[in-house]
This record gives sequence, structure tokens and C-alpha cells, in this order.
Amino acid sequence: MTTAPERPKIEYERIRGVHRIPLEELYTSGHRTCQGCESATVMRGFIKASGPRTVVTGSTGCMYVANTSYMTTPWIVPWMHTQLGAGGSSAVGTAAGLRALKRKGKIKDEPINVISFCGDIGGGDMGLSGISGALQTDLDLLIVLYDNESAANTDIQATGLTTYGAQTTFTPTGSKHRIMQRRWKKNVAGMLAAGHPTVRYIATACASFPPTDYLNKVRKALAVGGPTFLHTFDPCPKGWDYHPRYSSDVGELGIKSGIFPLYEILDGEVMYTWDCRSTGKGRIPVKEYLMRQGRFAHLIDEDIDYIQSMVDQMWEEWEIPGVMPVKGILKARI
Amino acid sequence: MTSATQQQSDVWERQDLLTGCQAVAEGVRLADVDVIPAYPIRPYTEVMDTISKIIADGRLDAEYMIADSEHSQFEIAKHASAVNARAFTGSSGTGWCYGFEALVVTATDRLPVLFLVGNRALDDPGAFGVEHNDAMSVRDMGFLLNWVTSPQEALEHVLIGYRIAEDSEVRMPMALAMDGAFLTHSQHIVQIPTIESVRRFLPDYDLGDRRLHPDNPISIAPQVNEDWVMEMRRQNWGAARRAREVIVKAYEEFNAVYGPRYQPPYYFTEYMTDDADVVLVGLGTVAAPGRTAVRRLREQGHKVGYVNLRWFRPFPTVELRECLSRFKAVGVIDRDFAHGSPDDGGILLHEIRSCLYPAKNRPAVVNFLSGLGGRDISIQDCEKMFDLTEKAARDETMDGYVTWIGVRAGAGSSNYLAAPAH
Repeated sequence: MTTAPERPKIEYERIRGVHRIPLEELYTSGHRTCQGCESATVMRGFIKASGPRTVVTGSTGCMYVANTSYMTTPWIVPWMHTQLGAGGSSAVGTAAGLRALKRKGKIKDEPINVISFCGDIGGGDMGLSGISGALQTDLDLLIVLYDNESAANTDIQATGLTTYGAQTTFTPTGSKHRIMQRRWKKNVAGMLAAGHPTVRYIATACASFPPTDYLNKVRKALAVGGPTFLHTFDPCPKGWDYHPRYSSDVGELGIKSGIFPLYEILDGEVMYTWDCRSTGKGRIPVKEYLMRQGRFAHLIDEDIDYIQSMVDQMWEEWEIPGVMPVKGILKARI
Repeated sequence: MTSATQQQSDVWERQDLLTGCQAVAEGVRLADVDVIPAYPIRPYTEVMDTISKIIADGRLDAEYMIADSEHSQFEIAKHASAVNARAFTGSSGTGWCYGFEALVVTATDRLPVLFLVGNRALDDPGAFGVEHNDAMSVRDMGFLLNWVTSPQEALEHVLIGYRIAEDSEVRMPMALAMDGAFLTHSQHIVQIPTIESVRRFLPDYDLGDRRLHPDNPISIAPQVNEDWVMEMRRQNWGAARRAREVIVKAYEEFNAVYGPRYQPPYYFTEYMTDDADVVLVGLGTVAAPGRTAVRRLREQGHKVGYVNLRWFRPFPTVELRECLSRFKAVGVIDRDFAHGSPDDGGILLHEIRSCLYPAKNRPAVVNFLSGLGGRDISIQDCEKMFDLTEKAARDETMDGYVTWIGVRAGAGSSNYLAAPAH
């Protein structure tokens, strides 16, 4: 295999180290999220990276209901609620409206970032079609899917992105059925990348690990331009059932065990921003990640072995490890 | 509307043969709309076919995109409107229902998007023809809702619609409804105004301190719960009440630019009602056979008239009460259904009876369910309705009776005689 041609250089203001993270807070006090909330870190981070010349839309979800209460909203930037399935369409409407007004001379022609956030049930399930539509436009917009693996504002119900085997209020363990959550997590970033060849930048991230990686992905997405998509992995103390002080640890274990691959796809080329196979001590057993969370306390060895085997497949058998679940190309028989 | 001779000549650019949908598209061009999300469904679709060609030919500069669903279509329009871009979109039938959630929030966010509803029967089973239940679904949500009866009126109501919807006293979305096929796809000669005259009539869209922009960093629609929702409902209620005055003002301003095209009370038009004993009331294109039936019956000596209700939301309570109180009996034509409702009548029946209840001289009110799923309402059907309404005028106990007109016998239909006694 020949080496890929050199990647185009994306000019953006890279944050080199945690001490260089902007001090200005555009997502401030007033939100009522839980202790240890990683999704709040996602909110705080993208707007730090994007800056004040940004318009944000937020889909219904815990980052709306818990996060943005009348009279105590934490947003310093203009922010607007949108419906559960409108993560994509709200970004399109905002970006299209601003572009039309600029082009027609009705407002000043200046760069304004448009960022829409949605949760896993909003973006990964209900709003998938709208996000797909947004990714087919030529508008500058960024969609951030904050994934805490549950409908977290309605008391933790399983979604299409919940890890196999997890207990939620819709998938309790019982005397007849130990596991009610029998769906394998949907691969949203990979699916969107595979299906939208004109999108220049799609990435996954974890707000706390590795440090600054997430912030730089936001900046890179905005610098690349066009419609872009970012899927974040957000441990949730309430939904995943662990002590709030361990949010960062749980996120790190998820990345290192390979159950949530960290990568970016720029102009069709995949780069692992934390390659769990080779970075540090290599891929750690997924059990180390699962056993830190009460939602998996009911699993027996057999269940954990199954999850491990699925994660192994992702990294050892997929044509593009962790990204594309194609396990090879058969020779044509004509 | 007045005759062409009274129209001011300098405000008209040309005339053309246009369908209802094409006329609305011309209105959208003249209103210099900024964002137009499209999604196909019959029969409203032709408006987007026409707009896309207008944009392709460079006659309108707008962001035009094809959404993935009606939900996205309406959300795109809503969010464009929130950043102070003028937005137009529309739908029909079940498509309108698919986007219903987005319609509700557009109203509760008080964003003046203009929607064309090409009325279509709801599934199941499939039918392309007109029924009003689609547009009627938003009647309680904080929408301006009206029906037009000609392509000319449709074009003018795009302009009048934005004028009312965007007024700082109102700021409500508007559903401009027109009967599928009978108006969306029927061609008439339409006078097209000059863009200069439209600029004189229609001010720029200005959300003021409510526009979403980095220079105006507000939060729109944060979670409020029981602490504030009721006050906000009260504000929406106030906007709908204030809209009545703005509607009158908008027609006066329109007449000032284009000549006396609309007469007070603007919300409805009356046809040969001056000495009438009995009238029919309807929404939309049923006015055509209704008025023809009036002329025919007048020749036979019947004192009948027709009232065409143009505005359904806000409902012209006082004006319509005053108007209909003059007659002995009123026949309400419903091109919609409200199964299991009082007397099993249609939606318009309930609105009109409710409006008339406090009247001192309350006429007998009967109801006709007709023209569903796009079935033609003929002149003969209207004559039959007049006959039954005249019977009601002679017999006060007829109040509230519901009759299906133009339905096959034996289809489980209750007719006039079989209706239950009070």
C-alpha cells in the first residue's frame, strides 16, 4: 500500500496544553447539571473553543432541561432551544438565515460560528435524518452530539447509543431476563462519515481525555468549514452509577479499553487521535471500564466476555478499525 | 375586491395566468423572502416547484434547500426566522402533521414564518383532495389562519400575511390555507404588483431586541416549568387578541397602496345578504358554488345569501356575531370532520355556534358535512343546503342538526331526517 498523500494543512489556532485553554467563560454559572457532569464540560468546552461570535442551538435533552433554566441560563452567547429531533435542522436554519442576511447586505458580513448540540437520543436516534440532511448542505455549521448513553433528563432510559447490557429505567435487570438492553451501540460518527462523502470533518472526542483534544477538534471543525460533526463520549455519574469524582477516570478507561474509539476523519482520511492499540500500555480489558459502573453490576463473566469479543472485533476485524464495520472484501465471482 | 378599473395602474407590473400555488410563489418573490426550505407533498408542492425556478432564474435571492422531512423543513424555517431572516415554507395533509411539533414551537416562540397549507385529506386511506383538518390542527396553537378563494387573493395575502405576522404587536406564524386542487391547481388571471409598490406596503422584517445574533446574546425558550409558562401563554393570548386590530390596519394600508380592494370588516365577505333570511357560511372555494346557488335561488324568489369566512384565527367574534344575527337561519358548511364532537358536527359549526351563543337574536344553526377528501361540492349540493337551512328557519328545533351532503346512501350516513331529536 502506498502512503497517503500529505494531508492538507488546516489553519486553526491550536490549543497547546491545558494552561493555554482560554480563560474566558461563555458558559457560566446558572446551569443545574449534576456533580461530575461530563456533558456540561462538553458545553463549556465547545464555546470556549469557538468564542463569543457564535450562535448556539440546543436540542431538548438533559443539557436543555437541567442546563438552561429561565432566569439562570448559563449561556453568554446567543442560545436557542430546539426540538429533540432538530439538531441538524436548527443548525441549517440558523446558518442559512445568517448567510442570506449577510449576502443580501441586511447584516454585517463577518464570520459567525453556528453550533448545534444534541444528546444521544436526540441526535443518534430521532434526529439522525435531520443531521444527515444538514451534512448534505454547503453551510458552515457544527453539530455536537453529546453522548451520555441515555435519555438522562427523563430518568435514564436506554437509547440507540446505550452500551449493551446496561441497566437503565427502560432496561432493568430481572429474575427472568438479566439483560434487557440487547442492542449494540450505534456507530453514529462512522455511519455519518460513510454516508456523507462531501463532509470534510467528522470526529469523536472525550471532553476530559486526552486533555485539549476535544477543544482542538472543535476549532479544527470550525476552521475546516462546511457542515461538520463531533460525537463526544460523556460519562454520567447519575446514569452510569458511579461516584461523581470519577467522571474523568471512567472516560479515560472507555477510551483506553477501545469501547469508544477516538478518531477524526479529515477529507476522507482517518487519524486515531488516541490509538488504544498502541498508545501507552495498549488496549486494556473492557472489564476495567465496565466494573467501575453500577449499571453493569448485574453482568456475569459470560456477558463481559461477549462485550470484550465485540470490542475485539472492532479493532481486529473491521476494515477500518473502530470506524467501519466491514470485515473484508470478497473476490468477485462472476 | 373591486373591479380592475378602480385599481391604480402604476402599482401593477403585469398580469399572468397563474394557479394558486404559482401566485403564492410570486408573492414570496415580491416579499423578498430570505430562507425557503422545501419538501414535497401534493398539492402544496407546486409552490416550491415555482419558487425553485424563480431562484434558478435569479429572480429571487434566497437560501433554498430541500429538507429531509417536514419536521426539519419547519424547524429550518423557524430558526431562520429567529435570526431575523424572512422565512416561507408550507405543506399539505399528513406532511403538515409530520411537522406538527415544529409548528407548535414556531407559534410558542412567536416567530412570524408564513406557511402555505394546500389543504389535503389526512391518511388513511390516501387521498389527494381537499379537507380542512390539516390546517385546522393549528387553530389553537397561536397561529394566524386564513383561507383564500382565488390566486389573486392568495398572492396578496402573502404580502398582507407578512405585514400582520411580523408586526411587533403580533409576531405569530401564519398558515395561509387554500383548497387543494380547486385553488392550488386552478388557473386564473392574476395581477402582479410591482416590487416598488410592495416595498411601500411591506416593511422590512425586524425582530428588534429578539433577534438571535452575537450582537444581541439572548437565550430563547429556556426551560420555565410552572414558574412562567402561564404568563407566557397569557402573552400569546394577548398577541392573538391584538392581531385583530393589526389585521384591519393591514388591509387599510393595502388599500391605500393598491386601491380599495378589500372592504370592512375584512375578516369575511358577504354575498347578496342585504335582505337575506337564510345564509350559508363556508371556508375556501366552496364560495363559488355557494354564490352561484344564491343567484339561482334568488331568481326563484328565495331570500338567500352567502358569507365567505376569510379569517379563522383570530376568529372575528364580534363582527361575525353581528353579521349572522341578522338572519333567521345559518347553514354552516364544514369541509372537515370532528368525530364525536357536540352534535357530531364539524369544526366550523362549533366555532360559529359558540360565537353566536351570546347574541340577542340567535339564528337557527344547521351543519353540512360535505366535500371531504376532495369530493366536489356542486351547485345542486349548495341548493340542497339552502333548502335544509330554510326549513331550519321555519322550525327552531332544527338547531344543531348535522347533514352529510354528497355521500353515498348506505355508507353509515345519518341524514337530515334520521338525526337524533333533542
